[in-house]
Amino acid sequence: MSTKTLDKIPEFDASEEVAHGASGVGDMSSFASGTGKRSAAEFAAILLVAVVVIGGLEAYLRIRDVPDYIFPTPSAIASALWSEFPTIWPHLVDTVFQFAIGYSIGAAVGILLAATITQAPFAEKIIAPYILILVTTPMLALVPLLILNFGFGYAPRVIACALAVGPMVMINSATGFRRVDLGKIALARSYGATTLQTFTKVRVPMAMPMIIVGLMIGAIFGLLTTVGAEMTAGGFGLGSRLTNYSAVLRMPEFFAVLVILSTFGILIYSFFFWLGQRLVGWQS
Amino acid sequence: MSASNGSGPARFAVVDGSKFYETATGRVHALDGIDLDIDAGEFVAIVGPSGCGKTTLLWAMSGLHPLSGGEVRLDGEKIEGPHPKIGMMFQDANLLPWRTIQKNIEFSFEITKRTPDRRRIDELLDRVGLDGCGPKMPNELSGGMQQRASIVRALAFDPDVLLMDEPFGALDAFTRDDMNVLVERIWLETQKTIILVTHSIPEAVLLSNKVHVMGARPGRMISEFDIPFERPRPLELVETREFFDLVNEIKAEIRHQMTPDGTHV
Repeated sequence: MSTKTLDKIPEFDASEEVAHGASGVGDMSSFASGTGKRSAAEFAAILLVAVVVIGGLEAYLRIRDVPDYIFPTPSAIASALWSEFPTIWPHLVDTVFQFAIGYSIGAAVGILLAATITQAPFAEKIIAPYILILVTTPMLALVPLLILNFGFGYAPRVIACALAVGPMVMINSATGFRRVDLGKIALARSYGATTLQTFTKVRVPMAMPMIIVGLMIGAIFGLLTTVGAEMTAGGFGLGSRLTNYSAVLRMPEFFAVLVILSTFGILIYSFFFWLGQRLVGWQS
Repeated sequence: MSASNGSGPARFAVVDGSKFYETATGRVHALDGIDLDIDAGEFVAIVGPSGCGKTTLLWAMSGLHPLSGGEVRLDGEKIEGPHPKIGMMFQDANLLPWRTIQKNIEFSFEITKRTPDRRRIDELLDRVGLDGCGPKMPNELSGGMQQRASIVRALAFDPDVLLMDEPFGALDAFTRDDMNVLVERIWLETQKTIILVTHSIPEAVLLSNKVHVMGARPGRMISEFDIPFERPRPLELVETREFFDLVNEIKAEIRHQMTPDGTHV
């Protein structure tokens, strides 16, 4: 929501306006329009709903006497999380390690590829179908093949993660790099800017909102693929714990791993939310 | 203007300028035999029907794109690319939204790797009524204030020639009046050579010493009108008979270029 006003007319609560503006998926205003100041009343309401939902679930499962292997109570999950954490911890480290490497490779290649091919529209036309194939192919399906080729170590999971991240980052970043504002590029050129200066000082900042969207979607996809690969490959990593615990019907532990995974996912989302506010807050 | 510590105003000329474009539908003859001689410190306006190549001409004069034939000369020097003595103001304010006003104004210095003259910039900000706005983001400013910042940006590196490409088209009438007063004041104080491309004939007559009328397809110079009104020109000037007659004369000249159904010859 742009709130342009005429000269000397005071703005009324522009921040409120922005915070309540509608925002869709992939719309960076969802990053920029932060929930900056949360009042005590709002915070209490959020806490209350959380207590009601979790408490209600606990009560329902106890009253109906639902067995643990069907659906464990929140309290059972919490205690499993507490007691099993020392066992789960090394697997968490493995997952984070694999994800971090796969993601870094995938994201770097994705951004570089997007930055280069958008400069050459013809090359882009040639590469586009392959990128589309990579985006639409579930990289999880390749894990058995990757295991055959690279064994049961870190390699197949890291590769699967990178393959899932790269195309997502690329396709979004490319959209950003394609957003050409001729007036702004002409402005830089009128000062005698080199191609490199035009790129770093105009094209990159202009593409930044979409790059961050790509990095976030890529991170979520990368995490999903890493965990999926671990489920298939087994042995180590949080994904392997999911298959192990469910195989032996240790559902509280199974859910404890899920809690760790969603916490990790939320941390990723929050990080990019923060990054978006820092870097592309000018969008709102 | 005391802040103007660069060299003096410059004599600016286009000699037999022509321009062709290759488009999907064929070759477009955008400019033909353009001769323009602008004295140092003169304020000229270029008007014409839309699509007559005004902007193409201005971009060629700024060195942003080359002419197909002929040349642009600044004090005898052939202009073959962006030139440090030529400043350009684009359509709308054209600020970079991810930079503060200060950073926008210092953009040219960053590109040319020179230290910005902060004192001069502060003085300019002050003159256009934007003192203290340096740390603000462009979207925190109104359209008129953004346009003022854009003027400061164009003047910050002290060019001798200022090219203005329909800079106030997106502003409301009152803000536009404000801008016109501001531009005249800046011209009177700095005596820079200013070339203004505009759709608004009253704006051209109000601001310039000479109005050049262009015709379309191919874009060419048709006639020029000397504007005799004394400076500084008050906004009330637009209500006088003489002003009105001159505007109508120029309008008739442009309309003369069009067939009765409104398309260009």
